[in-house]
Amino acid sequence: MADLKRTVFFDLHNELGAKMVPFAGWEMPVQYGLGVLKEHLHTRAAAGLFDVSHMGQVVLRPRSGDLADAAAALETLVPVSVLGLQEGRQRYAMFTNEAGGILDDLMVANRGDHLLLVVNAACKEADIAHMRAHLSDSCEIEVIEERALIALQGPKAEAALSRLNPYAAGMRFMDSANLGFFGEECWVSRSGYTGEDGYEVSVPNGKAVDLARALLEMDEVEAIGLGARDSLRLEAGLCLYGHDIDETTSPVEAALDWAIQKVRRKGGARAGGFPGAARILDELENGPTRRRVGILPEGRAPMREGTVLYAAPEGGEAIGAVTSGAYGPSIERPMAMGYVGTEHALDGTQVFGEVRGKRLPARVSPLPFRPSTYKR
Amino acid sequence: MKYTEEHEWLRVEDDLVVVGITEHASEQLGDVVFVELPEPGTTVSRGDEVVVIESVKAASDILAPLDGEIVEVNEVLADDPGKVNEAPLDDGWFFKMKVEDLSALDGFMDEAAYKDFIG
Repeated sequence: MADLKRTVFFDLHNELGAKMVPFAGWEMPVQYGLGVLKEHLHTRAAAGLFDVSHMGQVVLRPRSGDLADAAAALETLVPVSVLGLQEGRQRYAMFTNEAGGILDDLMVANRGDHLLLVVNAACKEADIAHMRAHLSDSCEIEVIEERALIALQGPKAEAALSRLNPYAAGMRFMDSANLGFFGEECWVSRSGYTGEDGYEVSVPNGKAVDLARALLEMDEVEAIGLGARDSLRLEAGLCLYGHDIDETTSPVEAALDWAIQKVRRKGGARAGGFPGAARILDELENGPTRRRVGILPEGRAPMREGTVLYAAPEGGEAIGAVTSGAYGPSIERPMAMGYVGTEHALDGTQVFGEVRGKRLPARVSPLPFRPSTYKR
Repeated sequence: MKYTEEHEWLRVEDDLVVVGITEHASEQLGDVVFVELPEPGTTVSRGDEVVVIESVKAASDILAPLDGEIVEVNEVLADDPGKVNEAPLDDGWFFKMKVEDLSALDGFMDEAAYKDFIG
């Protein structure tokens, strides 16, 4: 696999028997010896360790020294309240384009004198160029290359990480703090992308493998690949960029309106002022023409990405399509997400997905498919 | 036991050909979560797509290895598709077919040849 980048954990993945695949320009583990199904279930039952070092970590430092200046600058690119984000807290955001589509989704943390952003691997270079073009006057933009990123997810993540630093237990969902591991300052947030309680830890490359090994030595922790990460996030109703959201989907169509605080909406103190505000604010008031929904096939056949959706078992125009579809190991049935016209988006609406030439019944379903277990 | 290049195994039982997939294929597929079987009584030609397998990774087809008629399918797989991973060579069989001439099986690989084939 020439030209693919490798994370600092590459040798460890191989030692653990990982099957490596290309992903967004990186050579990443799709599964280990347990296989996707058991890795998924292990994460829900105990704790799973994920290498997410392919994701981009970017620090924004205000040139003025006043964090509010960096927050205000970032608010010109995202429809969320960054100024309202308290020190030591993190929230979900997305870069929007002038058409109101989504350039990337990301996490932003207020770390006192700077903001820390975590962005998708596939969008990293474009995001950095976007920020350099629009934020350079007010911020120093530092791309963090010397740190790896791991996620520890599941009901036993707290017990596992607290064994190495008891302060981990005191954090709550979306807290962001510095914790020491192996004598190094790590940037820890109580968050993740599986619907489970857990942590994401940004660790200096030099100690990253030591930290991973210490966690993997614990009985409750197993290494988990990208395959299970995908089924975990889909059960949790979370979007995968490039599939469920992209430059053509607005945050409101994507049912991400919860991420747009009142202060950025019409009538708010800092309403608008981000790319695509006209469309996004209008959709918040008047509703979008299509909406991302959960879809539960009634039979056992999975409806994969691209499955065309209809309102009737025969005839009629397509009403939408599936953007992510797989088998849900914890809910023990197939599950999907996709977009349908707003008139078909009500929970319980009967729809039909065309699989191998046959229209199979399914129902619009609330997300997440499995309740999340965050420690709020 | 005979083997196809599509990683199916063929075994003769009571003058019928039983068809399943090899351990190698089941490992490559990953965890099987859905199996769509043909209707018993269906007449098939060699190369027809007769079974759809969905694993956690993707969908794949099982092809009819010979011309003939599907006479029995493994209904257990509808409720317990994981049998394909647990016991691909026995409980995880897919279908039994009636063929004109069992000597047609001679054209397929034996175990040693299949082992060479998968390397």
